[in-house]
Formats: sequence, C-alpha cells, structure tokens
Amino acid sequence: MTPYLDYHGLAPEIVLTAVILIALVVDLVWKEAARSVVPQIAGVGLLGTLVPIATLAADGHTRTMFGGAFVVDNYSLAFAAFFVVVGYVSLLLSYDYIADGDYYQGEYYVLLLTSVLGMVVLASSRDLITIFVALETVTLPSFVLAGWRKHDTRSNEAAIKYFLIGVLSTAVMLYGMSIVYGMSGTTLLAGIAAAAAAHQAPLFAVAIALVLGGFAFKVSAVPFHFWTPDTYEGAPTPVTAFLSVASKAAGFVGLLTVVRFAFFPSHLSWQPVLWGLAAASIVVGNLAALRQTNVVRMLAYSSIAQGGFILVPLAVAGSGSSAKVGYEGVFIYLLVYAAMNLGAFACVIANARRTRSGEITSFAGLGRTNPALAVVFSIFLFSLAGVPPFAGWFAKFVMFRAVLENGSTGAVILGVIAAVFSVVAFFYYAGVVRQIWFHDPADLGADTASKLPVALTAALSITLAVVLVIGVYPQLFARIGDLAFRLG
Amino acid sequence: MSWFDDWALTLAVFIPLVGMAIVMLIPSAEEQAIKTVALLASLVTLAVGIGVLADFNYQKTSTLQFQVDKSWISLIHARYHLGVDGISLPMIILTMVIVPLCIIYSWDHFPEPHNPKAFLALILLLEVGMIGTFVSLDLVLFFIFFEVVLLPMFFMIGVWGGPNREYASIKFFLFTLFGSALMLVSFLAIYFLSKQPTFDIVHLSQFAGSGIGRGTQILLFAGLFLGFAIKVPMFPFHTWLPDAHTEAPTVGSVILAAVLLKLGTYGFIRIALPILPQGAQVWAPWIGVLAVIGIIYGALCCLAQTDMKRLIAFSSVSHMGFVMLGIASLTTFGINAAVFGMVAHGLITGLLFFVAGSMQHRYHTREMSRLGGLLISAPKMGWILGFAAMASLGLPGLAGFWGEFPAVLSAFDPSKVANGLLGNTHSALPTFRTFMVIAAVGTVLAAGYLLWMYQRVAMGTPKEEFEHAHLHDVSTSEWIAWLPLILGTVVFGLFPNLIFSITNGAAEHVTKVFGG
Repeated sequence: MTPYLDYHGLAPEIVLTAVILIALVVDLVWKEAARSVVPQIAGVGLLGTLVPIATLAADGHTRTMFGGAFVVDNYSLAFAAFFVVVGYVSLLLSYDYIADGDYYQGEYYVLLLTSVLGMVVLASSRDLITIFVALETVTLPSFVLAGWRKHDTRSNEAAIKYFLIGVLSTAVMLYGMSIVYGMSGTTLLAGIAAAAAAHQAPLFAVAIALVLGGFAFKVSAVPFHFWTPDTYEGAPTPVTAFLSVASKAAGFVGLLTVVRFAFFPSHLSWQPVLWGLAAASIVVGNLAALRQTNVVRMLAYSSIAQGGFILVPLAVAGSGSSAKVGYEGVFIYLLVYAAMNLGAFACVIANARRTRSGEITSFAGLGRTNPALAVVFSIFLFSLAGVPPFAGWFAKFVMFRAVLENGSTGAVILGVIAAVFSVVAFFYYAGVVRQIWFHDPADLGADTASKLPVALTAALSITLAVVLVIGVYPQLFARIGDLAFRLG
Repeated sequence: MSWFDDWALTLAVFIPLVGMAIVMLIPSAEEQAIKTVALLASLVTLAVGIGVLADFNYQKTSTLQFQVDKSWISLIHARYHLGVDGISLPMIILTMVIVPLCIIYSWDHFPEPHNPKAFLALILLLEVGMIGTFVSLDLVLFFIFFEVVLLPMFFMIGVWGGPNREYASIKFFLFTLFGSALMLVSFLAIYFLSKQPTFDIVHLSQFAGSGIGRGTQILLFAGLFLGFAIKVPMFPFHTWLPDAHTEAPTVGSVILAAVLLKLGTYGFIRIALPILPQGAQVWAPWIGVLAVIGIIYGALCCLAQTDMKRLIAFSSVSHMGFVMLGIASLTTFGINAAVFGMVAHGLITGLLFFVAGSMQHRYHTREMSRLGGLLISAPKMGWILGFAAMASLGLPGLAGFWGEFPAVLSAFDPSKVANGLLGNTHSALPTFRTFMVIAAVGTVLAAGYLLWMYQRVAMGTPKEEFEHAHLHDVSTSEWIAWLPLILGTVVFGLFPNLIFSITNGAAEHVTKVFGG
C-alpha cells in the first residue's frame, strides 16, 4: 500500500531537498569554479522554498499525511517560513566569513541547508519518531559546522562538547519517548494526548520529564546549558548565530509541539518542570552574563537567559483560551528574539572584521569610528534588553501577558523573577553600549570606515527592519501568532 | 478645523521625529543646516501646540479633546488613543516651549565632545517621548512613550556629561527601568482584572477600579507608585537625580528638571488616581509622608551642598515634594496646585539650571566656594539668577508661589475619603495637617538655602582667581532662551488664573471619585 502523498503539502521540503542536491552536485563537478555559484544557489534556493509555503498559506487548507504524523497547517507553515528566513539570514552572515577566512568548502552551505530542512520538517511533525528524525537532521550538521575552523583547537573543542552533550541529550530524550510509547501504545501525538488525559501514573510523569530534559539541552536551559558558552565561543561566529537562533528555535518548536499536542492534558507533570527550567535559566543566564568580558560569551549567556524568558509563557500556559495566550507568547518571543539576536551577531561579525577581536572592550569608540554600525548594534542591544520602541519590548510584553492571564501565585512569582532580571539584563547590554559610545577608540588612527560587504549589510537591514517595524507596529507578528494558534 | 482636530496631536508627537530623521540624514559637516532643521522642527511643533491652544474648548476642560482613537495592536486590544484635557494641555505647551529654548541655548556652545548632529537628534527624540506621554490615553502607548524618553537622556548624560557620567547615566537608566518593569506588570494586571479587559485610560477611569478588589488595588497601586515615584523622584527613590543632574550637560539638566520629572507626577494624576481610587485612598497618607520627608530632606541636603548644580538638583527633590503633597490630598485644590507647581517648577528650575550651566561655562567650576561676586563680574546674569532664586523660594507675585502655597494649603483639608496614617478616614485630618505644618517649615528652609546660594555665588567680590578674568555677560542666545522663562514666571505669578482656569475643570473630574 502506498501512503497518501500530497505533493503540494510536501512542496517546501521537496524544493529544499532539490536545492541541497543541486548545490552538492555543482560543488562536486565544478570544484573551484563553483565557489561563487554554490552560495548563490543556496541563497536563492532557500528563498524559493518560501514560494510553496506562501501558496500553501494562501490555500489555508489543513493537510494531514502519514496517518497524522505529518500535518501542514497554519502552525507548521508559520514556523516553516520562520526557519527559512532565519536560515537565509544565517547564510548572509556566512558568505564573507567563509570566503575570507580560508575556510571555504561548498559543504558548508549543504550542511546549513540540511539543518534548515530538518527544521522545516520539524514544524510539520506530529509524531514522536518524525520529531526525533527531524531534530537529528537539525543537529547532526550543526556538530560539523561548529568545528568548521579545523585548525583552531577552540573550534574543535566546541564541536566535541556540542557533539557529546548533544548525543547524551538525544539518548535521554529517546529513552523518555520509549517510555511514553510503552505507556500509550502510540507515537502519534494525538494518541499520546488521549493517553495523557487518562494516565496519571508517576512513570508517565517521569517519561515526560525525560523528554523535556532532552529538549532542555537543545534550548540550552539551565541546568543543561554547560556546553553553550564554550561551543558558542569556539564555533565560527556565523555558526554561533545559527546555533543560538535557528537550532535553539528548533528546540523550542519541538518542545512546543509535544507540549501542545501530546502532553498538555497532564500539565501537572510538565508545568513545574518548565517553571523550574525557566526560572533557573533567567537567574543563572543573566547573572553569568554580567561577568563576561567576551562579547560572544556574553551573548551566549544572554541567549540562555532569553531562552528562559521564552519558556515563561509555556510554563504558565493554562487551559482553554489562556493556553493560546501562552503559545502566542512563545511564538512572538521566538520571532522577535531571532531578529534581534541575529542582528546582534551580524554586528559582532562586522566589528570583528576590523578589530579581529571578540572582547567587549574591542567595541570601544565604535560610535566614532563607525557611527552607523554603532547605532544599529545599540538598537539590537536595547531591543534585547526590552527597551521600547524596539521589538524586544513586545516580546517581554506578551510574556508578562501570559503570566497575568494565568494569574496563579506560581505564575506571578515567575513574572516577578522575569521582571527583576530584565532590569539586571539591561546592565550587561548597556555595558557594551557604554563601550561603544562613552569610551574612546583604542586607535583613532586606524582605518575608520572599512566597508561592510553586501551580504552582511543585507542581513543587518533585514533584522533591523524587523526590530524597528515590530517595535512600533507589533500587530504584524501578533496577527501571524493569532492565526497559527487558532483552532486549538 | 476638523482636519486639525484629528491630526494636531499626531503631528505634535511626530514632527520632532521627522525632524530627527532629517537631522540624521544631513552630513555632520553641515552644522548650520543641522541646527536650523532641528530648531525649525521644534518651532513647527510649538506652532501646532499654539494651534491646539487656540482651538481648545476652554468651556469643557475636563473633556478630552483632539482625540484620535485608532486600532494599533488588536491582539492585546491596545489602541492608538491620544487626547488632551486641562491637565495635559499645560504640560505639552511647557514641553514645546522648553525644547526650542534648549536648542537655541546650545546654538553656539555645544558641550564636549561637540557633535551637534547627535545631540540635537537626541533632543528631538526626547520631545517625541515627552509629548507622547502627555497625550497618550492608552496604557500601552503611555508605557512606550514613557520609556522612549530614557534612551536619549541616557546618551545625553553618558556622552556629553561630566567626569562621573558613566555611573550617573547607568544609575538613571536602571532606577527608571526597574520602576517601569513593575509598572508594566501592574498595567497588565489592571487589564485582566478590570470590568472589561482594556488598556484605554478613559474607559478604565470610568470604571474607577470597579471589579478590582480593594486589596488588589492596594498592591497594584504600589506597582504604579514605584514606576512613577522613581521618575518624580520621591524620597527615598531620588538618589539617581542629584547624580544625573550633576553630570548631565546644561540642556540635559534643563529638560530633565523642566519636563522629565513631570512625567511621574502626571502619571499619578492621569493613571494611578483615577484608575485605582481605592488604592489611592489607602496610599495617600504614605505618599504624603514621603512627600514631606522629601521636602525637608531635599532642603537639608541643599544646605550641605558645595556644588551649585547639585544644590539645584536637591531643590528639585524638595519642590517635587510639594507637588506630590498636593496630589496626596486627593482634592481638586491639591491637583490644581500640583499641576501649577509642575509648570512653575519647569519654568523656574529650568532657568536656574540654564544660569548654572552658563556660569560653569564661564568659570569652569560649580564649586560655590570658588564663585562669588557674579553681580560685579556679570551683573545681568547675577540679577537673573537672583530672580530665579526668588521665584524658586516661592516669593508671592512669581509663579513659584502658586505651586507651593496652595499645595501646602491643600493638606489643611484633605479629601474625606483619604485615609490617615492610622489607616482610617478619621485620622486623615490630623495626619495631613501635620504634613501641612512640616511642609510650611520646608518653605522657610527653601528660602534659606536659595538665599544662601545666592549670597555665596552672586554677592561679595569675585574671588582672587577670577578677579581679572573677563567674563561675558548674558549673550544673545542666552537672552532668547531665558526671556520666555522669565516672562512666564512673572505672568503666571501675576495671573495664576491663566493656568488654574484650565486645570480646574479637569482636576474636578479627576477628584470626583474622591468626593471632590
């Protein structure tokens, strides 16, 4: 029996796979001559994936395949489009870094696109096995990417740490999934939800905790975050940007999917776990970030803290319509976080082209040597801190909204922790801003206006536009969030 | 004029933003063009303000006029809702007047490290935030504008400030951010708890807290209180202010004192009191306590200062204490006094900071022990400083008097529903009358420290080191910047009804819920 295949519904994945294969073959056949072609194929091809996503969204019809394991609806399309755009911006960040740094290999683009393919599949997965396969498709290429600078021991260390801990987390998650399967007799999320409504066995709670623990590694939530700063610092910076945004978002989407479609009925098991992860990430991430002197490590801890903020709406998602408020909170926060964090990394990459340094002090006097970049970087940092009128405020707003929609004591305590530590967070973001504007450049005589490459400028423009537009008119994202979580 | 009615406030808020965008686009070498554009933008904004003033219906000052109410973020029911009434009108005009004066004042001497482009862009951005806050009628919109003000001030202190600027700027930002985080949480709680989920200030004021239990109101009021009280600033949250003022460039100090502090007191009148009246009744005596402590403590600190700017900064703490005392009385009389006090303090303290800045520019020091004999070295400036000091200490016939005296008087007869420190309405009268006496002592202290400052700085003969220094007297740009403030102080001092007649209706509207 051949399974029912809806080719329109699968079109995004098919297009992306075709692009990956083309890029691979072109690189193999043309070798050196392909250097200028492969990145273009990857970029254009990735954007091409948006076409079927757009037609599917316009169609608005929910498509279910493989016995319910693969579903194309607003929810999956919203995330698929998100991953494609994030992947594209990551590509833009990589072009010149890979070309200039003597690290060029066509496989870089193939690996990056494969990872994005995993994410796009993940968005539609409604089955534990599909989710697992998709997640592995996301992670495996990332291990290689993290170690891209072969001759740099730090990069090697980054890859090894990431690999070992990644494999460990996968094992934990898989173990949890196997127990879930054993107790519910199905890998389909819908079936698990039915079982979860019936089962209140302690073992089921343990299984849920194990699965969530696996995801906690992926989203680097405290106490599963130890790999993050070292991996982020050692990996090539564009890869770090990709890991801290795309991979992390994939973890969140997986988490959101299993919680929303499978574990929701037994909220007594998963909510306390997420509450703890969120609170710990916010506290530890922000406090550790205060002490960093390297900008990438600072952004690594900041991304742990931001991950905590993203978990908050999910940890307090109640039932019924208030669940929607929680999901929307996660969704909007993810979108905003992606834009501002990618933008911040773009600025770090741009600055490192001149200073060849990742120290926070290397930003001293940027306001004078390159005012435009300085303004843009300051905007991203303030946005990360949640200062209006930049997009970050709305992300924080929807987070607090979910907290107060729930209104229970536990939720409010988490809200107060989040509020207090948003202020703490401002301190380290402002630390960089102070270097940029309040300090004198180390060498005034040095080349002052090294021209930014086109790709990097494009990445900065895209992310800046999102941060500014969403900051003053958040309804754009809010509308997508509303559509993605309608029905229920 | 219906077109103007619909667009006036939007224009008033966003013309400075357009001005800022143009300033950013002009290459920094074209200084003259940058200055002209910035001044024009602020003058056009003022022209819109004058249009509003002319078109305002003075028969209905309690009604919100020039309203705009458009969909903005429908997911959270936040709307783009603007409007002015008798309370916000004086505040927006004050803002619109102060900003061009600041631009004119800085015309020839931008503080180090110069860079007029960035400096003027930040001033215009400040104006957007300040006017926006005063005309917002939606809590989310209010929050955004309230926060927009922070960034330019942070940079103004941090880049153009004095030696300790980094510490002062980050302290300023962290204090305010902490307050506004809790304020935002309270806003959201109000949204969810009120009779009908909305962020609309007008609707929420009509509900007057119905649906929100008394205990919850007390908690939420505390959240709002922190947000606004830090901005005012009230004792004990004032510690950022002397640092910010001391380090800020002259124009930064002027805007900070003249307008920024009022965002906090305005928040109390527009949001905290009408939306959470039961919370206000319970907290009123405690606000009163902090207000009078602020009055006395600020005054005593003034007497201990050696730095002229720091002295004026502490005098702000003291003066804002009077404004808060008026608000704490929860009476129409008190609110009128508070709004008048806000305008008067804006004019007078703005002028004081201007003069202090100009003196620093000439003497290169603010240490009062090194200054002296200003009346001999630069007599005109000396007289202006004297005028400002007299106005600030509340001399009858000048504007300061009408902010201070009625505020003290309002404590004589607080609202019938206000609690006293013993937690019941019976104890309100003795509680507030005690405040009145203490506040009255504060006015004496104010006279003390201002005259003492004037004596040390302006009287006597110049100190040896400046004996032969040739000091410019008041320059043209200074005259242009200062004359409107001097005129305003005199005119509102002689005809206080010019403001009271505007504020009274709106103040009655606010206090209706407290029984007038």
